[in-house]
Amino acid sequence: MTAPTDHRPPEASATAFTDALNAFTDRPHEPPPLQLIAPDGTLTLPPEQTPGYRPALLRTLYRDMRMSRELDTEATALQRQGELGLWPPLLGQEAAQVGSAHALRPDDYVFPSYREHGVAWCRGVDPVDVVKLYRGVTNGGWDPRETNFHLYTLVVGAHVLHATGYAMSLAKRGSDAVAVAYFGDGASSEGDVAEAFTFAAVHDAPVLFFCQNNQWAISEPVTRQTNSPLHRRARGFGFPGVRVDGNDALAVHAVTRHALDHIRGGGGPFLVEAFTYRMGAHTTSDDPTRYRPPAELEQWRAKDPLARLRTHLTAAGHAAPDFFDEVEQQARELAHRVRHAVRTMPDPERLGVFDHVHAEGHALVDEERRGFEEYERSFTDPERP
Amino acid sequence: MTLAKALNLSLRTALEDDRDVLVMGEDVGRLGGVFRVTDGLQKDFGEDRVMDSPLAESGIVGTAIGLALGGYRPVVEIQFDGFVFPAYDQIVTQLAKLHARSGGTLRMPVVIRIPYGGGIGAVEHHSESPEALFAHVAGLKVVSPSNPSDAYWMLRQAVRSDDPVIFFEPKRRYWDTGAVDPDATPPPLHRAQIVRAGTDLTLVAYGPSVKLCVEAAEAAAADGHSLEVVDLRSVSPVDFDTVQTSVEKTHRLVVVHEAPVFFGAGAEIAARITTRCFYTLEAPVLRVGGHHAPYPPARLERHYLPDLDRVLATVDHSLAY
Ligand SMILES: Cc1ncc(C[n+]2csc(CCOP(=O)(O)OP(=O)(O)O)c2C)c(N)n1
Repeated sequence: MTAPTDHRPPEASATAFTDALNAFTDRPHEPPPLQLIAPDGTLTLPPEQTPGYRPALLRTLYRDMRMSRELDTEATALQRQGELGLWPPLLGQEAAQVGSAHALRPDDYVFPSYREHGVAWCRGVDPVDVVKLYRGVTNGGWDPRETNFHLYTLVVGAHVLHATGYAMSLAKRGSDAVAVAYFGDGASSEGDVAEAFTFAAVHDAPVLFFCQNNQWAISEPVTRQTNSPLHRRARGFGFPGVRVDGNDALAVHAVTRHALDHIRGGGGPFLVEAFTYRMGAHTTSDDPTRYRPPAELEQWRAKDPLARLRTHLTAAGHAAPDFFDEVEQQARELAHRVRHAVRTMPDPERLGVFDHVHAEGHALVDEERRGFEEYERSFTDPERP
Repeated sequence: MTLAKALNLSLRTALEDDRDVLVMGEDVGRLGGVFRVTDGLQKDFGEDRVMDSPLAESGIVGTAIGLALGGYRPVVEIQFDGFVFPAYDQIVTQLAKLHARSGGTLRMPVVIRIPYGGGIGAVEHHSESPEALFAHVAGLKVVSPSNPSDAYWMLRQAVRSDDPVIFFEPKRRYWDTGAVDPDATPPPLHRAQIVRAGTDLTLVAYGPSVKLCVEAAEAAAADGHSLEVVDLRSVSPVDFDTVQTSVEKTHRLVVVHEAPVFFGAGAEIAARITTRCFYTLEAPVLRVGGHHAPYPPARLERHYLPDLDRVLATVDHSLAY
């Protein structure tokens, strides 16, 4: 056997070429998510360099996170008692939701998925209206125009395109309002989300993509959805992306504010990835013990967004015990109100099946409604056979 | 065994029998599917054969097409009826057509399992009956079992089929029990079955509505009416011969399904049977189904779904002709 002839070029040039290639393909080191308040309640920057660092804002963030958690706890209990058909808990995601929602202007328009109860609360949507969907009395629940908070979207990712289109409409009309899409790490795999990124990028649409990476899509960890940190996707589409500690309400607020300023200033879309954790089940029909290691939950419990801000408020002297007492009182009142409203909520009128199928009517629907009405009457009308 | 367990056993057997069978979908692995139909399969057959897919339905069906081209037989799960639509493009424009476009050269042995139908008090998009949308598409086969034995056998046959099969699982029957005999000789996948014999009227149904029709036949028997119940099992193709034979005996036909009546499977059955049995029919073919309205919220679904009263009222209506 003779040795094969080596046609390869000399080593030196191969190395230069490899170096050149690597300059394109090397993965940069992934920094930890941006954080302003550490889990132990201390600031990571001096107060004067911490954006948004105002005691009043911190107290508001705390209050609204506490109210969101209370709504969540109450709704979960109501589901267990059979009053709601289903509930997707937000437990653990309060800072991501409340922190970002408080950075928005009232004329910004929010497109939530189905777990954004904390954002709904901050936008002024009545929590009683939010639970209606999960009680099964409506597929909507509120008038989106009143609060600029769109109806929940249950088809994962679909609304991210709606937000982009809405943003395009805002830009066409010369408004400096921003459209905001909330979606999950799982949703980032849907084609609709990639298409939304494409449309937003090429139109410079004023849209904020707010991804709550809560690490799980039902039973699938985020590693089943992506091999690269989600915030980096934005770069590939041609707009900026940032990863923020999603359990730090102040950092989420500051990053969202920054993103909104960028968008309002004509900078085009922006992706914020709130790195957080779903501490509860996916929904009340899900059993996370089948797929999630308990140690992971414990690790994230130590980063609880409420505990962290409470510790900071207390240590910094921004809130006295009577502030927290007052918030607890308000939370109890909210829980009572929601419970009473759900318990006394009537079922919709049965012919409601046929309501609002079309804006301009439809002969077939009218005929089916009349037919059904007649059929129902046949049970009670003694005149009929 | 429950219908869900029968499906699980069917998949397990298919995976054992043929190394090229793959199971994929959202949450089908560690969780075993939201209805536990794939429970334990990943543990026993590994992540290579039972794959948790990214949350992307178009991706699930599109890659299944590629895997089929590569010689595999993918069985994919769409988590709920209302979430098949991101994949609808791949199913309708690609999966259904590749065999014809390739002049019969390419085979698409892909099964798409879809839990469908209402009656479980679910939220929006979790209770739909889109079977007619698929039956309308040439190149697809559409079936739906109504009991555990059919669930087992029909899924085995669907997996062995070289055509794409849309396999609709009646989710409110997942917990119904019945015997499954893995040594039986099953009827062909697209053959209808007479599940109750009768002489006065034929009730035709498939999937979740079969049980309802049997209950209706029992109730009608108490009033002295003898109803025959035909379980269609397959919505595309439809076994019209079995329906015709039954109607020639009973002279009356009522079709029952959960999907909206308008442009539904019942319309096709009514048209064909009217053509075939025009001289023997003693009443027009009547249909019972959902209304022409979006599937309502859970607290209203009992007014939307066909129930015993509506089936019996329609039976009376037919008998009164
Ligand atoms: C198109 C579509 N496919 C599947 C589902 C079923 N489903 C509902 S939520 C969910 C997981 C979503 O995960 P993620 O996007 O990370 O959001 P999270 O629930 O974690 O907030 C799935 C698979 C759906 N609602 N829509």
